Amino acid sequence: MSRTWAELFGDEPTVADEQEKTGFFGRLRDSLAKSRRALTAELAAGTFDTGDEEAWERLEEALIHGDVGVQATAEIVRRLEARGEVADLGDALAEEIELLFGAAPTFDLTPKPTVILVVGVNGTGKTTTVGKLAQKFREHGRSVLVGAGDTFRAAAEEQLEIWAERAGADFIGAPAGGDPAAVAFDAVEAGKARGRDVVIVDTAGRLHTQSHLMDELAKVRRVIEGRIDGAPHETLLVVDATTGQNGLQQARLFGEAVGLTGVALTKLDGSAKGGIAVAIAYELGLPVKLVGVGEGLDDLRPFDPREFARALVSG
Amino acid sequence: MFDALSDRLQATLGVLGRAKRLDEDAVNKAMREIRLALLEADVNFQVVRDFVAGVKAEALGDDILKGLNAGQQVVKLVHDRLTELMGAGDSQLAFGRSPTVILMAGLQGSGKTTTSAKLALHLRREGKQAGLVAADLQRPAAIDQLEQLGKQISIPVYRTDTQDPVQAAVQGVARAKEDGLDVVIVDTAGRLNVDEALMDELARIRDAVKPLNILLVLDAMTGQEAVNVAEAFQAHVAFDGVVLTKLDGDARGGAALSVKAITGKPIKFASVGEKLDQLEVFHPDRMASRILGMGDVLTLIEKAEAAVADDDQEEMERRMRAGEFTFDDFLKSYRMLRKMGPVKGILKLLPGVGQQLDGVDIDEAQMARVEAIVLSMTPLERRSPSIINGPRRRRIAAGSGTSIDEVNRLLAARKQMQKMMKQFGKGTMPMLPPELTGGKPRR
Ligand SMILES: Nc1nc2c(ncn2[C@@H]2O[C@H](COP(=O)(O)OP(=O)(O)O)[C@@H](O)[C@H]2O)c(=O)[nH]1
Ligand SMILES: Nc1nc2c(ncn2[C@@H]2O[C@H](COP(=O)(O)OP(=O)(O)O)[C@@H](O)[C@H]2O)c(=O)[nH]1
Ligand SMILES: [Mg+2]
Ligand SMILES: [Mg+2]
Repeated sequence: MSRTWAELFGDEPTVADEQEKTGFFGRLRDSLAKSRRALTAELAAGTFDTGDEEAWERLEEALIHGDVGVQATAEIVRRLEARGEVADLGDALAEEIELLFGAAPTFDLTPKPTVILVVGVNGTGKTTTVGKLAQKFREHGRSVLVGAGDTFRAAAEEQLEIWAERAGADFIGAPAGGDPAAVAFDAVEAGKARGRDVVIVDTAGRLHTQSHLMDELAKVRRVIEGRIDGAPHETLLVVDATTGQNGLQQARLFGEAVGLTGVALTKLDGSAKGGIAVAIAYELGLPVKLVGVGEGLDDLRPFDPREFARALVSG
Repeated sequence: MFDALSDRLQATLGVLGRAKRLDEDAVNKAMREIRLALLEADVNFQVVRDFVAGVKAEALGDDILKGLNAGQQVVKLVHDRLTELMGAGDSQLAFGRSPTVILMAGLQGSGKTTTSAKLALHLRREGKQAGLVAADLQRPAAIDQLEQLGKQISIPVYRTDTQDPVQAAVQGVARAKEDGLDVVIVDTAGRLNVDEALMDELARIRDAVKPLNILLVLDAMTGQEAVNVAEAFQAHVAFDGVVLTKLDGDARGGAALSVKAITGKPIKFASVGEKLDQLEVFHPDRMASRILGMGDVLTLIEKAEAAVADDDQEEMERRMRAGEFTFDDFLKSYRMLRKMGPVKGILKLLPGVGQQLDGVDIDEAQMARVEAIVLSMTPLERRSPSIINGPRRRRIAAGSGTSIDEVNRLLAARKQMQKMMKQFGKGTMPMLPPELTGGKPRR
């Protein structure tokens, strides 16, 4: 029984036919309505039967439901099947997802200051994540300065200033309509002058298709690069967990414009699974570093691939 | 990445050659590609399953149009059904005793505040006195954001010092009433569909301000979750319609189909940018093309229609002579005409028509609007134009992004044309009504 998608997408109808019977497509059509609940039960009981076609079907369905996407779902299932035995599906899945995401993510905080640039499309939670992250750094004994690089959206500056106050971080603002690169410059310079441990630069949301805005972002990055060697040390893409397959394109194009080091996956306190992060890791090798789980100051967590994997296919 | 849908269909179905009917094999193969395309576009898994099953049943045994292969035939059918499904329902807002209240609802960051301001601007342009009520007390600086947006477009924003969003909404609406406004838009905090407390709060706001319109603001980039979101907001506040935001990006927007299929609620507006004038009426046919993979599908459909035109030419001629000239006939002849090239050049070649055109300016853009109007009619309306009453005219105008006036003019023109066709049947060359060519006779 093979689930190679390359074959399935090929031009050979006969091959596709064969696949249709046992493969993903056939399952899509015939799969059962209550399958996800059944999968959750199997997960809990550790009774996933690799010989059971319907069990695989339930797994694929759950992954698609979690926004993992067709390609990455096929790859994960292929890898699981290649294992032969799957004693505990939750564990096996977690291992595969850990492999995809690479080694446990870390922040290297040795540079003084460590500069973190936060980017993403509109409304994903960039400003909120900057505030929550500042709080975490503060809790762990680091001094923080945040720069309000969103000079476009109405009251974006005020919003970040409130977060800075909550987190006890220094705040560098800018006039509305000002140059975001100038804010980044001021923030980094102030961070250096004041001896802060971490500088976090917020930016305006922008769709990756808006090339002039992507150029603007690239300029922000260049300005930061010019102030400190090796900076920005982290460039985080903030992805909303409710995002579907477009998230892949976001990661691709933001990556091309400013180079990304990781993903912050927000709004995981909802029922969305955030599976697009798996697709991003699979296609681009980009790890998730942070997860947002609410609108409060403490609602940010380090990414845990095991927890994530289990949640992805349950419920 | 996937190739364009039509390429994939070509690859899968090319070997089938020129069958005359869609058999089970062809339909299955085509549907497999369609299913993938829909999943790639973020249409919810279950919605894909139901939709594909429905279209499949319909496709079996269908005649394959001349000029198309089996795969293209299926895409055409799918496109038609998608357009139909997404275009259903009234895209207009409801208005009642002043002030008419519009309640905005949705997840965090979907675009509620921006859309509130856009809507206020849109309504003012329609001659209504609009106001905004700030009832998001959750997100830091949300009130400032709404106030700044209101200032940009000179729309009053009502804010209060209360900590209770229900009170904020009530007081804001009351003040808008005192100020004699026609319509007031209540911006609310973003809330997750699983947050029972906040969903209840939204229902309490609704009960307190009795909105005539509750709009769910949905990000076009939303994935499978759209179904849960739609179900929860439907269950708690039974929203009336959807605003689809961030359509200026490259998201395929399958969430729109998910929400429509699950709730049946119409998509009323499309938001296409961060600037406050970037709000549009929703075009179901464009959305269908977008979900399926854009332009290549449209080309396919055009091909199909051309083939239909060929096949139906005789039938059409018969009908013309009999004096039955429906909007379907209109669309077919109109498209045949456009495919031949710039309209004026073609018409000039026709004996007897050239001179008529001397005083007429043919505006191709105007013709595209005429086409949009016809496309916004339901199949029944196209066949029986006499049923197109006031509400239908309003819907057609909104659906095509035109005005009721333009719709009326087209309806009148069709009548005139039908008369002329009868004459044509009797052997006299009709005079082209200017409404159809967009031209104004220069007399
Ligand atoms: N429930 C929830 N809401 C969030 C989370 N992160 C951000 N938000 C909300 O999402 C909305 C947009 O966040 P914001 O930081 O302004 O997004 P930005 O436009 O990317 O800067 C706000 O209402 C936030 O409170 C999260 O992890 N969970
Ligand atoms: N590109 C684009 N951005 C939009 C659109 N609608 C809203 N936004 C942006 O999305 C972000 C969140 O919008 P906002 O109105 O604050 O969302 P809310 O949290 O639901 O009130 C802001 O950065 C807006 O400028 C749209 O149609 N296109
Ligand atoms: Mg922001
Ligand atoms: Mg808002």
